[in-house]
Amino acid sequence: MTRPLLRPPRKNPVVRTRLPTLPPAGRSRVALGLTAAAARDRFELQVCRDCGTVQYPPREACRACLSQRLDWRPQDGTGELVSETTLWHSHELFYRERMPWRLGLVRLDCGPVVVAHLHGDCAAAPSRVRVRAALDRAGQATLIALPEKDTPNMADDRQLREMTCDPKFRKVLITDAKTALGQAMVEAIAAAGADIVWAGYAEPWKKAPGFDRLKALPQVAPLPLDLTDSRAVKDAAGEIGGRVDILINTADYHRNYGIAARNGLDAARAEMDMNYFGLLRLAQEFAPALRGRGADGQSSAVAWVNLLSIFALSNFPPHGTYSASKAAALSLAQCLRAELSAAGVRVINVFPGPIDDEWSQLVPPPKIAPARLASDIVEALRGAAEDIYPGDIAQEWLARWRDNPKTLERELAAASH
Amino acid sequence: MIRHRAGYDDIVVTAPVTLPYVRYSIHGAHWFLAGALAALLKRAGLDKTRIDGLCVSSFTLSPDTAVALTQHLGLTLRWLDHVPMGGACGVVALRRAARAVQSGDAQGVACIAGDTNHTDSFRLNLATFSQFARDAVYPYGSGGANASFAFLTGYYMRSYGAKREDFGKLCIAQRANALKFPHALMKKPLSLEEYLTARLIAEPLRLFDCVMPCAGAEAFLVLRRGEAEALGLPYARVLSTIERHNAFPDDPIQFRGGWALDRDELYTQAGVGPRDIDVLATYDDYPVISLMQMEDLGFCDKGEGPDFVRRNTFTVDGSFPVNTSGGQLSVGQAGAAGGFLGLVEVIRQLAGQPLGGAVANAKIGLASGFGMINYDRGLCSGAAILAARGGPA
Repeated sequence: MTRPLLRPPRKNPVVRTRLPTLPPAGRSRVALGLTAAAARDRFELQVCRDCGTVQYPPREACRACLSQRLDWRPQDGTGELVSETTLWHSHELFYRERMPWRLGLVRLDCGPVVVAHLHGDCAAAPSRVRVRAALDRAGQATLIALPEKDTPNMADDRQLREMTCDPKFRKVLITDAKTALGQAMVEAIAAAGADIVWAGYAEPWKKAPGFDRLKALPQVAPLPLDLTDSRAVKDAAGEIGGRVDILINTADYHRNYGIAARNGLDAARAEMDMNYFGLLRLAQEFAPALRGRGADGQSSAVAWVNLLSIFALSNFPPHGTYSASKAAALSLAQCLRAELSAAGVRVINVFPGPIDDEWSQLVPPPKIAPARLASDIVEALRGAAEDIYPGDIAQEWLARWRDNPKTLERELAAASH
Repeated sequence: MIRHRAGYDDIVVTAPVTLPYVRYSIHGAHWFLAGALAALLKRAGLDKTRIDGLCVSSFTLSPDTAVALTQHLGLTLRWLDHVPMGGACGVVALRRAARAVQSGDAQGVACIAGDTNHTDSFRLNLATFSQFARDAVYPYGSGGANASFAFLTGYYMRSYGAKREDFGKLCIAQRANALKFPHALMKKPLSLEEYLTARLIAEPLRLFDCVMPCAGAEAFLVLRRGEAEALGLPYARVLSTIERHNAFPDDPIQFRGGWALDRDELYTQAGVGPRDIDVLATYDDYPVISLMQMEDLGFCDKGEGPDFVRRNTFTVDGSFPVNTSGGQLSVGQAGAAGGFLGLVEVIRQLAGQPLGGAVANAKIGLASGFGMINYDRGLCSGAAILAARGGPA
């Protein structure tokens, strides 16, 4: 059984910080279908539309009937561990630094035989396991076999932790802890076992109900931080940048205008200044330090979380300029993801539907509660995906957008009349 | 359906060549292939203008193929083949070349296999070995065959009661054979204790279960018997051959290979049975696959490999001589040349030209090939039965 993780000793400042290495990232284009599904926390395999054969590794045609009509379909991943090995040798630096490493050969109930990372709590072959897809430190999907039933402390498994960004014993910056979401986020991250939670706050003259209560939590350290102020961001990075393991950017400026409803640029400019340039300022000041600490011991730098919006996918005209600022932020987050990938630091983009707060007052329910959104973000950090869509509205918009983005555009245009 | 496979008539293999292996080399694959071809021509007493057919196997020739090699080596040919089948390339090259010579498409075919090995070339080859390997094996930390054979070895031990000592017995016998073979990289005897306590590679595999990648080359020449005799060359005759690709694709793990499908045809065509084989060359990148070949080629039943090992001895003078040059486990694995090593050694034994220990009265030999761990298993299998001059017709 997995032994619970212990708090790591304080870092010895004399010892060199090891440089991050990555598992092999090369994949064929067709294999990236596995990654595309794993990015949204799904385990999907190719299924032949003509004969129903499920296959793996990914192919360009059905191995049974040669059809080229292959769809990626969710699988439950149950199967039998046929054989296993523990590697004590690898040609790749990433694995050399992590020996020994357990691998399994699993025959899935749906048919294919897969090579998978093997969780330490899986019983010796032959035994029942469940396989899931997980993004590894290179950001590519790999398969990991887990014990059939959950075991105590299973999240603390050494190999599984290479796929996840668990906040336990890590140091976390929450850029805006004053909003309802920010406060819920601080509490959820503290409850998840973080060592330090820096609670960012801007405009100290503006009291936020509940914020003082957070300061009483032993892990919480308030931090003055205004993302619209380049100097302030630089100062904050100078103070704590070298210690942040997980950065959660909750700062958000949200007004309810399209184009015709408001003259001038002030609201749109404020949205862009916070939602887009704020992210850019943060990335310029904090990302270099995270990149350098991708392999800094048990509590290495692992994740950067962006609070985006489902409106980033397709413009919601009643919140038109806000949607545009989130679309800009999404594009920049993709750039950040590419730049942090070399260090194995995961960029997690969060696309919630309307949050139940004052700036979505006129949006009819269902709206996602801040506490629920915060707990979904913690779950994402404990998981192995990079894009999450919390709440019923976000899930439905995503389904409509994936089905046909143009249809969704027309539906949203109609909703604004 | 009426099946009729033509026999090989008077097709023979001659001029067996093994270049001395080296662990690492600064030379390219072309250097080793050229060296093997030159040695073959010298042994046959032929000028290169007398060769009109060439069959090439190599992993490290890229970006070249056999085509580029014709210009590189100044050869003008009317028959050319490239067999990228790893451990099965020797048997498959022999099959292709034998038919070409038999039909008259070529007068003689030089079959060559070789690879170089730079300090980082093995890793790079593994990373890009195949699309499935790159997508679904290499990212998991075990390049190449180590993990696949670890899975298989563990499964085989569990299912058939094989012990580490059984695999060790074969490895130790091959090492004893290698000590007499001048080109082997391994020069020291191997004890059971050294075998059992060597460092772990991928459980249950330890160091001496795994081949050592190296650089080197092998070659043989396929001719009509009359031509070989006119040249005064010792030879072995080709009695029968088989090949199979992607056999038993629905087995959850590779506990049997393509030989199990084709062995009846192999022995029927040769007119001999397993008991008639005087010398065997298995493809031996890991000992478990040698046991599987002994089973699937009919020397014992499925699952009786461990018992067969306990009942026999495998040195040159043993009850069942196997891999008499030392095999890849003790000579080294020079890339595609590993697919030739066993076949070339069987030719030498039958032609009466051993470089190391000689099997007494070797009349009939069997060389088996196995290659290409594309994903979770080896896809290519093959075997050839050869006879010494004066063996069965």
